[in-house]
Amino acid sequence: MAKKLQLTLKVWRQPSGKAEGRIETYDAKDIPVTASFLEMLDIVNEGIIADGGEPIAFDHDCREGICGMCSLTINGCPHGPGKGVTTCQVHMRSFQDGDTIWIEPFRADAFPVLKDLMVDRTAFDHIIQAGGFISARTGSAVDANATPIPKPVADAAFDAAACIGCGACVAACKNASAMLFVAAKVEHLGMLPQGKAEKDRRVLSMVRAMDDHGFGNCTNQYECEAVCPKEISATYITKMNRDFAAASVKEAVVTEF
Amino acid sequence: MKLLESFKQFYASSIGKKLLVALSGAVLLLFLLGHLLGNLVIYLGRGALNDYAEFLHHALHGMGVWIARVGLLGAVGIHIMATIHLAAQNRAARHSRYAYESTQTASKASRTMIISGTIILCFIIFHLLHFTILPNDLKDVTTAGHVRPDVYGMVVKGFQNVLVSLFYIVSMAFVCFHLSHGVSSVFQTLGFRSEKSADMIKWLGHGYAAFIFLGNISIPIAVLLGFLKF
Repeated sequence: MAKKLQLTLKVWRQPSGKAEGRIETYDAKDIPVTASFLEMLDIVNEGIIADGGEPIAFDHDCREGICGMCSLTINGCPHGPGKGVTTCQVHMRSFQDGDTIWIEPFRADAFPVLKDLMVDRTAFDHIIQAGGFISARTGSAVDANATPIPKPVADAAFDAAACIGCGACVAACKNASAMLFVAAKVEHLGMLPQGKAEKDRRVLSMVRAMDDHGFGNCTNQYECEAVCPKEISATYITKMNRDFAAASVKEAVVTEF
Repeated sequence: MKLLESFKQFYASSIGKKLLVALSGAVLLLFLLGHLLGNLVIYLGRGALNDYAEFLHHALHGMGVWIARVGLLGAVGIHIMATIHLAAQNRAARHSRYAYESTQTASKASRTMIISGTIILCFIIFHLLHFTILPNDLKDVTTAGHVRPDVYGMVVKGFQNVLVSLFYIVSMAFVCFHLSHGVSSVFQTLGFRSEKSADMIKWLGHGYAAFIFLGNISIPIAVLLGFLKF
């Protein structure tokens, strides 16, 4: 028999986007340390349903850290304790018997709460729609290595492409800025030959889309990098700042994009 | 005008404003270094400091000091205006605060830049009134019989007041605090930071802040301890 934990949960409950939200207290009894965090919430929800209550709504899908659907700010930290993990990869062995755990949604005006712990991250889709793609038809797959890409460049582009768009960077940022997400998306394409052709136009339109959605501004505190489940480096933000400056000058004095 | 439209669009963007804060910050950082090195001339004695002051006031037929003043005022103005806009947007980006606040890596300095910046602004106003706008009219007569303002005497007299010295030292502590986040931020925002150079830039920022702090406070301390005499 696995060890069992007796926990107190402080959970953000909000019936709908328009309703007022507040913190409610729940007892999470006999939670096995082997359970994942989301399984713990499933157990608590079963209890709430048995008592005739409304279960706690939260986002989740793959439960293996790759889909970017789960969220939750656990004790003030998006995706909870542990480096490089999503909430679904957090296990109850990270907590002690008797702990009180605060569970809140990813908070940002650009991510409005839909219900309880679920937030609407459509703003990210709009940013991608503004330029996070290659517009040329690339046809069927070409021979591998037909376009030589130096290994370090391919690696750096892949590290940025690892972004799953979960929004933890926004949730952790003191200013609710989306710079790490946007930088990862701008740079993973901008570094590769296929994406370079539209690099300037892309960085300008994606940053403008980010601004239009009311995200805050980066203050170089690197909270985003600390919580990113894919451990994407804030140096992609550095690169994006540089690319944005160059593209702005080009647009102002040389050409239209 | 097309260029003006482009600039408006640039300023409207978050990164545009950040770049202006970083560029104006860089100007002020370089000024601080020049100002400190100039201040340290005081240790070479009354003649040297007064020579240096006379040189500054006569550079480019007296225009040099005005070019510097206008440039610095512009940099301070841009730095303040853009940060106020950025901070207002940051506030507006999260209306519902976390009930459980936690911080992973952000330093105290980085979270209080607006406060330290405001204190520094107050200090700058006092400092300008103290030594530039309302200086005392001490005169220094050179051996050649040339009469000129006695900057050395003004500084030593000024710092012999313990309260004034204390105010300068505390203000420099806030400058140091501000720079401990500001210097490395300039590199990040202007796009000159990499995985490999990140640590070096961080320590460069802390070292620069400490150098400006220690260099500047050494002067009131030297006056109070009697090393620099009127």
